[in-house]
Amino acid sequence: MSERLPVLKTYKLYLGGAFPRTESGRSQVVESAGQPVAHLCRASRKDFRNAVVAARKALSGWSARSAYNRGQILYRMAEMLEGKATEFVQALAATVPGGEERARREVEAAVDRLVSFAGWADKYAQVLGCQNPVEGPYHNFSLPEPTGVVTIVAPDEPALLGLIGQLAPVLCSGNVAVVLGSEAHPLATAILGEVCATSDVPAGVVNLLTGFREELLEQFAAHRDVDAISAAGVSAEERRTLELGAAENLKRVHVLEVAAAEDWFEEARFASPELIESFVEIKTLWHPSAS
Amino acid sequence: MSSSSTTWDYAPAPESAPAEIAEAYGLFIDGEFIEALDGGSMDSIEPGTGQLLTRFAVAGQADVDAAVAAATRAQPAWAALPARERGKYLYRIARRLQERAREFAILETRDGGKPIKESRDVDIPEAAKHFFYYAGWADKLDYAFPGRRAQPVGVCAQIIPWNFPLLMAAWKLAPALACGNTVVLKPAETTPLTALRLAEVCQEVGLPQGVVNVLTGAGETGAALAAHPGVQKLAFTGSTEVGKKLAEGVAGSGKRLTLELGGKSPHIICEDASLDQAVEGIVQGIFFNQGHVCCAGSRLLVQESVQDEVVEKLAWRMQQIRVGDPLDKNTDLGAINSAGQLETIQRYLALGQEEGATLHESGQFGTLPEGGYYQRPCYFENVQPAHSIAREEIFGPVLSVMSFRTPEEAIQRANDTPYGLAAGIWTDKGSKMFELASRVRAGVVWCNTYNRFDASSPFGGYQQSGFGREGGRHGLKPYLKLTSWGAEG
Repeated sequence: MSERLPVLKTYKLYLGGAFPRTESGRSQVVESAGQPVAHLCRASRKDFRNAVVAARKALSGWSARSAYNRGQILYRMAEMLEGKATEFVQALAATVPGGEERARREVEAAVDRLVSFAGWADKYAQVLGCQNPVEGPYHNFSLPEPTGVVTIVAPDEPALLGLIGQLAPVLCSGNVAVVLGSEAHPLATAILGEVCATSDVPAGVVNLLTGFREELLEQFAAHRDVDAISAAGVSAEERRTLELGAAENLKRVHVLEVAAAEDWFEEARFASPELIESFVEIKTLWHPSAS
Repeated sequence: MSSSSTTWDYAPAPESAPAEIAEAYGLFIDGEFIEALDGGSMDSIEPGTGQLLTRFAVAGQADVDAAVAAATRAQPAWAALPARERGKYLYRIARRLQERAREFAILETRDGGKPIKESRDVDIPEAAKHFFYYAGWADKLDYAFPGRRAQPVGVCAQIIPWNFPLLMAAWKLAPALACGNTVVLKPAETTPLTALRLAEVCQEVGLPQGVVNVLTGAGETGAALAAHPGVQKLAFTGSTEVGKKLAEGVAGSGKRLTLELGGKSPHIICEDASLDQAVEGIVQGIFFNQGHVCCAGSRLLVQESVQDEVVEKLAWRMQQIRVGDPLDKNTDLGAINSAGQLETIQRYLALGQEEGATLHESGQFGTLPEGGYYQRPCYFENVQPAHSIAREEIFGPVLSVMSFRTPEEAIQRANDTPYGLAAGIWTDKGSKMFELASRVRAGVVWCNTYNRFDASSPFGGYQQSGFGREGGRHGLKPYLKLTSWGAEG
C-alpha cells in the first residue's frame, strides 16, 4: 500500500472577489528551513491596477451598506479567521521565528482586532462626529464619511496582525482596500482571501496582493484613482516615495510608526478609533432653522 | 419691475473712522518689529484706488531663520504655561480685536478691497469669535479626543491667502496657540496689514515674545518658511497648485501638513426649492467677497424645469448689485484684490466666450474711485461641463450656469471635479436634501443656505481641495500630537 499523496493548495491573489493568478505569470517561493513550503504569486503592477478598478467599483455599494451590516461582516471575518486558526498558525510558524506558540498568539490577536472594529462600525460616527453650536438660526452637524479607495502597505511583521490592524479600520468605516501584504512572510496574506470570500465581504472590497514592495510601492503611491494610503513598517526612503506619489492628487497618507512587532498587540493604540479617523472625511452640514 | 417714477440712488456713505497706516512696516519677530535683514521691501497697493498704500518688509532666508529660532525658543515655556492661562491670552486677543474692530475693518477693506460692510460684519467679528472659541479649548484638550493624551506639535509655519486676511490669520493662529504651539505666520503679499496689526495686538496683550511671529513677503518667503527644518507643522490655505508643491516639498520630512485649497463648488437648485430664497443664496454664494472665496458656489446646477425662471430672477437680482468704492457702506461688490487677479478674471471671461458660452455682465457701478480694480458681477449661460469656466477656479464674481434633469444627474455633475470643498443644495423636500447632501463629495454642504461660517463649525475639503479641518473640535487635531493613554511612551 502506498502512502496517500496530500493535496497541496495553490495560492493565488485575491482580486475583485476571485482568486486569479497574477497576470504576469510570475511566482515566488516561500521557504521554511531551506525547504520550499509554498509557491505564491508575485503580483505585478497590472495586477495592482486591476485591483484598483475592482475596488473603485465596489466602493459605492460598500459605503452605502448600513453600519450594522458592515459590523456583522467584519464579525463574520473574525468567525472565519477563528475557524481557520490552525491553518494560519501553521502558515505563520512556517516562516516567522517563535514557533507555533507565538503564531497562535498573533492569530488570536488578529481575530480579536476584527471583533473590536466590527463593534466600531456603528459607533465611530458618534465618537468622531458632532453637533456644532453655531451662532445664528442654523442646525449644524459634522459626520465622518469614507475617504474611498485605500492602498495598504502592511508591515513584514507581524504579518497577519499588522495587516488586519490596518485593514479592519479601513473596512469598518466604509472604505475599500488594496493590500500589499508582508513581503517577508506572505503566506498569511495568501490565505486571508479565503476568509474574505466566505464572510460576505462583497467582491472588490478587499483585494490582497503578494509581491515585492520594490516593484509595487511607487504605483501604490502614485495611482490617480487611489484616495488614501495606509503604510506600516516602511523605511524613511519608502515613506518619502509614498508621500511624493501622494502629492500628485493629494492622497491622504497615514504612516504608522511602530517600533517593534510586539507593539501591534497593544489594544489601547491599535483598537482605537484613531485608526479610523485617518480614513474618513469630515462633512459638515448646515441648514437654517426657521418656520 | 419697471417704474415710471424717478430712480432713487444712494448718496455716498463712506466709512469715516480713521485707521492709521504707517509709511512702512517691518517684520514681527520675537516680539519686536524689525526691518528685513537684507533691507528688502515691497509696495502694498490699495485695490480700491490703485494707489500706493504703504510699504512692507520682505523676509529673506535670514529673517525666516530668526523667526523660526524665536518660535523654537518660545515654545517650551508657552506649552508649559497652565493651560487656562494660555487660554486667557487668547481671550485677551479676542477682546482687543472686538475693541479695535472698526479700525481693523477699515484696514482690511483698504488693503484688500472687500466692501466695508463685509469686513465690518463678517471678517472682523468672525476673527474675534475664532480666538474666543479656541481660547476655551486650551484647558480642555484632553477631553477633545477620548482615550488620547494631547500634546503640542511644536513650531507651526502658517501661510495664508489674501481673500480673508485677518480671518485666515485667526483660523490659523487660534487653534495652534491654544494647543501650546508657537507660530510663524506668513500673510499674502497683497494683504499684509491686518496680520501686522494683529501682531501689535499680541504685543498689547503681553503675549510672550516669540509665540507669534509674522513674516511678510511673497512666494519665496513662504517657500523658505515651508522648507525650514525647524518647522514641525505646515498649514497652508491657497491654491491647489501651490498646495501640491508644498506636499511634495514636505514628503519624507516628517512635517505635519494640512491644506485648505481651491474649489469649484456646485450649487444645486432643485425644482421644488423656494426659488426667491435660492436666488439670494446663489448671489451670496458667488458674489460674496467679489467671488474671492475658495468655497464660492461657482457652478450653478439648476433643474431644467425651473432654469428659465431662476435665470430670470437671478438676472434681475444681479442688476441690483452695487459695484463700488469698498469703503462705501452701500457697496455690495468692492474692488478686485489686485491688478493681477483682475487680469485672471478677465482672461476667463474671454476664454469662456471663446469656448462657446454666453457672457452676461450685470450689476451697477456706483461712484468708482479712479484707478481701482473693478469687475461687474457676471454669469455665463450655455456652459458645457468640459469648459474651462466649468472646471477651473476663477476666484472672481463669475458664475457658470448649467442644468440637470434628475437628482441623479445633479450628483454626477456635482461630483465631476477633482475638487471637493463645498456644495449648496436647495430643495424644500427633506428626504431629497439628505440624499443629495450625503452623496455630494464635499467637506461643507450648505442646505438652503450658502457661505455660512462659524468658529465652532469644521471647514475643509475632500479630494484635491485639501485635507484637515479648521474650526470646531476637529480643527484642534492638526495642532496636537495624540497618544493613547494606555500605550507606552
